[in-house]
Amino acid sequence: MASKSKSRKSVWDPAIVRGAAIASVLKLNPRKMMGNPVMFVVEVGSVITTVLLLLHPHQAFRFNLQITFWLWFTVLFANFAEAMAEGRGKAQADTLRKARSETIANRLLDSGAVEKVPSSSLRTDDIVLVSAGEFIPGDGEIIDGIASVDESAITGESAPVIRESGGDRSAVTGGTRVLSDQIKVKITSNPGETFLDRMIALVEGAERQKTPNEIALNILLAGLTIVFLLAVVTLQPFAIYSGAPQTIFVLVSLLVCLIPTTIGGLLSAIGIAGMDRLVQHNVLAMSGRAVEAAGDVNTLLLDKTGTITLGNRQASRFIPAPGVSEAELADAAQLSSLADETPEGRSIVVLAKEKYNLRGRDLQEHNAEFVPFTAQTRMSGVNLNGFQIRKGAVDAIERYVKENSCVFPLEVKELVETVSRAGSTPLVVAEKNRGALGVIELKDIVKGGMNERFDQLRAMGIRTVMITGDNPLTAAAIAREAGVDDFLAQATPKDKMDLIRKEQADGRLVAMTGDGTNDAPALAQADVGVAMNSGTQAAKEAGNMVDLDSNPTKLIEIVGIGKQLLMTRGALTTFSIANDVAKYFAIIPAMFAATFPVLNALNIMRLKTPQSAILSAVIFNAVIIVTLIPLALRGIKYRPMGAAALLRRNLLIYGFGGIIAPFIGIKLIDIIITTAGLA
Amino acid sequence: MTFNGWLQIAVFLLLILAVTKPLGAFIIRVFNREKTFLDPVLRPIEKLIYRTTGVDEEHEMAWTEYAVAMLLFSVVSMLLLYLVQRVQGFLPFNPQKLGAVTPSDLAFNTAASFTTNTNWQAYSGESTMSYFTQMAGLAYHNFVSAATGIALAIAFIRGIARRQMETIGNFWVDLVRCCLWVLLPFCVVGSLVLVSQGVVQNLRPYDKVTIVEPQQVPHLGTDGKPTLGTDGKPVMDTVTEQTIAQGPVASQEFIKEWGTNGGGFFNANSSHPFENPTPLSNLIEMFCIFAIGSALTYALGHMTGSPRHGWAIWGAMAALFLVGVTVAYWAEARGNPQMHGVDQHVSTVQPGGNMEGKEVRFGIANSALFATVTTDASCGAINGWHDSFTPLGGMVPMVNIMLSEVIFGGVGSGMYGMLVFVVLTVFIAGLMVGRTPEYLGKKIEAYEVKMAMLFALVFPLIVLLLAAVSSVKGFGTSSIANPGPHGLSEILYAFTSAAGNNGSAFGGLNANTPWYNTAIGFACLGGRFLMKIPMLAIAGSLAKKKFVPPSVGTFPVTTPLFSVLLIGVILILGALTFFPALSLGPILEHLLMNAGQAF
Repeated sequence: MASKSKSRKSVWDPAIVRGAAIASVLKLNPRKMMGNPVMFVVEVGSVITTVLLLLHPHQAFRFNLQITFWLWFTVLFANFAEAMAEGRGKAQADTLRKARSETIANRLLDSGAVEKVPSSSLRTDDIVLVSAGEFIPGDGEIIDGIASVDESAITGESAPVIRESGGDRSAVTGGTRVLSDQIKVKITSNPGETFLDRMIALVEGAERQKTPNEIALNILLAGLTIVFLLAVVTLQPFAIYSGAPQTIFVLVSLLVCLIPTTIGGLLSAIGIAGMDRLVQHNVLAMSGRAVEAAGDVNTLLLDKTGTITLGNRQASRFIPAPGVSEAELADAAQLSSLADETPEGRSIVVLAKEKYNLRGRDLQEHNAEFVPFTAQTRMSGVNLNGFQIRKGAVDAIERYVKENSCVFPLEVKELVETVSRAGSTPLVVAEKNRGALGVIELKDIVKGGMNERFDQLRAMGIRTVMITGDNPLTAAAIAREAGVDDFLAQATPKDKMDLIRKEQADGRLVAMTGDGTNDAPALAQADVGVAMNSGTQAAKEAGNMVDLDSNPTKLIEIVGIGKQLLMTRGALTTFSIANDVAKYFAIIPAMFAATFPVLNALNIMRLKTPQSAILSAVIFNAVIIVTLIPLALRGIKYRPMGAAALLRRNLLIYGFGGIIAPFIGIKLIDIIITTAGLA
Repeated sequence: MTFNGWLQIAVFLLLILAVTKPLGAFIIRVFNREKTFLDPVLRPIEKLIYRTTGVDEEHEMAWTEYAVAMLLFSVVSMLLLYLVQRVQGFLPFNPQKLGAVTPSDLAFNTAASFTTNTNWQAYSGESTMSYFTQMAGLAYHNFVSAATGIALAIAFIRGIARRQMETIGNFWVDLVRCCLWVLLPFCVVGSLVLVSQGVVQNLRPYDKVTIVEPQQVPHLGTDGKPTLGTDGKPVMDTVTEQTIAQGPVASQEFIKEWGTNGGGFFNANSSHPFENPTPLSNLIEMFCIFAIGSALTYALGHMTGSPRHGWAIWGAMAALFLVGVTVAYWAEARGNPQMHGVDQHVSTVQPGGNMEGKEVRFGIANSALFATVTTDASCGAINGWHDSFTPLGGMVPMVNIMLSEVIFGGVGSGMYGMLVFVVLTVFIAGLMVGRTPEYLGKKIEAYEVKMAMLFALVFPLIVLLLAAVSSVKGFGTSSIANPGPHGLSEILYAFTSAAGNNGSAFGGLNANTPWYNTAIGFACLGGRFLMKIPMLAIAGSLAKKKFVPPSVGTFPVTTPLFSVLLIGVILILGALTFFPALSLGPILEHLLMNAGQAF
C-alpha cells in the first residue's frame, strides 16, 4: 500500500513544532478564539488576571504572576495542539502544491489547430493534447487514446498506471505526468476547483467546517462551561457570606480548572488529525461528515472481484476421469496451457509445476502448434506429435469428444457438477483419441486475511454484503469461503441501488466502493461512497471519498479511521470531565482552609500550601493538554471489538483513569513546585 | 444502625421492586388506550369529559402543540388557585371562618408552588386554608400537576419509541386518562386504608379541649416576638385550652404521596399524627412516593421495546437511593458527637442516635428513609425536620434534590429528568464505542444536546443565582434562624427545593417574606416549565428520527455497566455543579461539628 511507502512524520517533527509555536500565538486573536467557547473563556480569564496583575502588583505578586502565566499557557497549549494538527496537514499540502505548478497546455481549437496556453487559463470542456513527458494541465477525462501515467505526485505510488478513453479508467488528474503515448483530454474542472486544489484545501484544513458531531460536542462543552461559570460566580457571594471572600485570581483559576479545557483545547486537533489520517491512507474525504458517517456504517457492500477475491480465477485442482492418473491429466493440462497467456492458463502451468514438478517445455522443440481460444470453438489447446489436447467449458469439450467418436463418461459430468456446486469453474481437458481426461478446477481465490477482517467487522456490528455477477450457486460458495454475511448474486447496477435503498430504509448506513459510471448513482446514494481514483469522473463526483490507490479493500480501513476519530473525541471528553473531581479536592480546601482550617480534611492529596495547591491544579490543567497532543493526533488505540467491550475498556482507561490521573499529577506538581520554592 | 432498621429499608425497596412491573404494565395500558378492568366505570366518564370540553381524543399533537396545551392548562389552573385563596372567605366549607390568604405574595407563592407539583408551604395549612381551598384548590392541583408530569414523561417515552412521526400524543387525553385511571382509583382505596390507620377525614370545625395541666407560654406581640414586660422579662400567658385542627385529611393525604406532591394538610406534614399516625401508614406513604416513579421505568422499557433498558435505569435509581439512605441512616444513627456523656446508643427504651426533630413512633431508620425517599422523588412530604438532622444527614436530602430528583423522582418529572441524563450520558460516553451517539436507535445530535443542556442549565441557574443573592443581601439573610454554614444550608435548601419542585423545607428559614415568597414562587415556575419545554423539544425531535437497528456495535444501554456510567454522569454533573456551595454549607458544618462547634 502506498501509505506504507510514505514515511510518516513523527508527531514532534521540529519544523512543524516551530511553525505551530508561532501559529499558537497568532491564534490568540479573540475573533479566532470565539469559535471555541471553552478556550475563549480561558483567554478572557487570562486577560482579566493580567490586567489585575498590572494594576495591583503588590498583592501576592509571585503567586498571581505564576497563575497568570499558566493561564496564558493553557490557551497557548490549546492553540498549539490545533496548529500542530494543521501543520502536519500543511506539510502534506506543500508536497501537493509542487505538483500544481503552472504548466503550458496544448489546447485543441475547433479548427483542429493547437495553441499553447497556460494551464490556469483552461476552462471546463476545453480539449487538450498531452504527449509523453508532459504534465496533464488539469483534471479531465481522456476522450481519445491510451497512455501510461505517473500519478506518484498524488498517490505516492511510483508504478505508472494505464489510463484510456472509454471504460472506467478514463479520468486523469491535473499535475500527473504522461509517461508514454499521447492522449486527448477533455478538461472537467476550472482552475482553483481541481482535484488537487480541493485536496490541498482539505489537508490544510482551510475548508474545514465543523462536522455535525463536533458541533454537538461543542454545544455540550459550551453548556458545561456555563454551568461551571455559574458555580464559580455564585461561589463568591457564598464565600462572602461565610467570611472568606476570594481573589479574582483564585476564582479564575477554579473556573479554568473546572471547564473542560482538555477536550476544548484538543477538539479541533482531533478532527483535523482524523482527516489527516485518511489522507495518509491516500483517501480523500470530501467532507468531515463523510468521515463520521464511516464510523457509523452498518453495512459494507463489497464487490467480489478485486475486493474479496483476487481478480482472476486460478487452477486449484486436477480431478482425473476414471482410468486416467492425476499426473497424466496434469501433464495434458500443462501442455494445453503452455502457450495460453490468459491468467487462468498461466495458473494451470503454475499448479502443474507446483504439484507434479512439471517444468515448462519448449513447444517449438516438440513441433507443437497452439490452438487459440475462439468464440466459435470455445476451447483452446495444442497439437503436438499427433496428439490433440483441448481444454474448455464442459459443453464445448463434450461436443469435441463426441465429434471424435469417443464417449464422454458420465463420471466426468458428475465431476463437473461437483466442482460447480463448490463455487468453482470446471474446465474439462480432453485428448482427441482418449476422450475426456478429467477436470481442472478453477477457483476464485479469496484474498488472504479477508476472513479475519470480516470477523472483525462482525465483532464491530458491521455486516458485509458481497456483490457479484456470478450465479447464486457460485456466489454462495465464495461467500461462505470468504466469510461474508450475505451476498447479492447476478447483480445489476439497479439491484445494487435497490439493496442500498432497502438497507437505508431499515435505518442502516451503507458504505460501498465503485469506479464505473454505472456505479455513480449507487455511490451517490450510499452514505459513504468511495470512488476509485482510477474510475470515471462521474464516479468520483458521485462518491464522497476518493481512494487514490484505487484499492477497494480500503473501505475497511476507512471505517476504522472514522471509528477511531469518534472514539478519540469521546475518550478525551470523558477524561476531561472526570479530571474535575481531583481539581475540586485540590482547590476548594485551598480556598477556604485559611478561614476554616477544618476544611483541610478535604485536602486528601495533602498538598503543601493553599497557593501550591491552586497552582498545581492550574499547571496540571495546562500541561495535560500538551501531554495529550500525540494522543489527539494519532487517535486512541483502536481495536475491532463489540461496543460493550470497547466501552468497558475505554471507560476504564479514560473514565476511571481520568479520575485517578489528576490526583497523581497534581500531587507530583505540588512536590516539584514546593521543592523548587515556587509556591 | 440496627438490623431491624436495615430490614425495614430492605422491605421497603422490595415492595417498590414488586410494584414496578404490575403498575408499569397498567400505566402502559392506560396510555396506549388499551382495555383495563376499570373501563366500564371510567370510560363513560372520560367520554363525557371530552364531549363537554370539546376534546377530540383521536387528535395527535406535535410537541409544540402539546407544550402549548400544557402551559395554557397550567396557567389557567394557577390563576384559579390564586383566586380561590383570595376569596375563600366568601366560599363554603370554611368552619373556621378563615379570611383571604394574605399577603398576596403568599397566595402567589402557594399557587405557583402547587401548580408546579412543588407544594412548598410558606403557610400553615390549619391556620390559613379553608377546607374548600384545601379540597378544590390544593387537592385539585395535587391531581392535575401530578397527571401533567406523568403525561409529559409518557410523551417523552413515545418520542423515543416512535419512528419518523411528527406527534407525541394528545395532552388532554393523557391528562384525563392519567387522572381517571392512574390517580383516582388508587387514591379512593388508599385514602380508606389510611383512615383505617387513624388519619382523619371530616369537615368539622376544630376541636377545643381543656388540657390537663395549664401551661405558661410567652406572650407574642404583633411582630411575632415575645412581649417584654416593664421588668424586662417576657410577659407570660397561661394556656388552658388546646385547639385540635380537623379536616378532610385522608383524601388529601394519599394523593400527596401518590402524586409526589408533598403539600401537607397541616403545617407539620407527615409528622402530624393525623396525617401519618402509625409506622404502617408511614410505610404506605413512603411506598406511594416511589411507586409511580418506579413503575415508569418499566413503562419506558416496554414502550421502547427494550425492557432491559428500563431495568438498567431502575438499577441506577435503586443504587443511588441506597447510597443516600445509607449515608443518612449512618449519620443520624451516629448521633451528635458533641453530646458527650449522653447515651446515644440504641436500646429497648430509646431509638438512640440523633432524635432531635424526629418522631419517636418512626425512629431513626424510618426518619432517615423518609427523608431520603421524599427528596429522591420530588415529593417534599416530611416526617421529621431535615433542619434538625446532622449536617451530613441533612445534606443527603439536599444532594438528592440537587441531583435533579431523578432517583425514582417526582411522578413523571423524575422519569423525563432521568431521560435527559441518559441522553447526556449516551452522548458523552457513546462516542467511545466509535459511533456517533445513538439512544435506543435514535441518533443524538446537536439539537438534542442543545436542548438537554438547556434543561440541565435551568436548575443550577435558578438555585445558585437566587441563593447567592439571598446570602449577601439583607432581605435574604434576615430570614435565617441559625448563623454560619447552617444558615447557608437553609437558604440553599430553600431554593434547591423550590427549583427542584420538591417542596420540602429544611426549616429554620422564615420563608414567608415578600422576597422569599416571590423568589421561591418564580423558582418553582422556572424549575418546572423552563425545563419541560426543552424536554418536550427533545421528545418531538426524537419522534421524527429514523430508527437505527441495534447491533453489537451499538452503545449498550441495557447492561450494569450502563447503569454505573449513568450514575457517574449524574453524580459528576450534579455534584460538580453544587460542590463549591455544599463545601461552605453542610460539609463545612459537619467538619466544624466534629471539631466541636455547632450552630
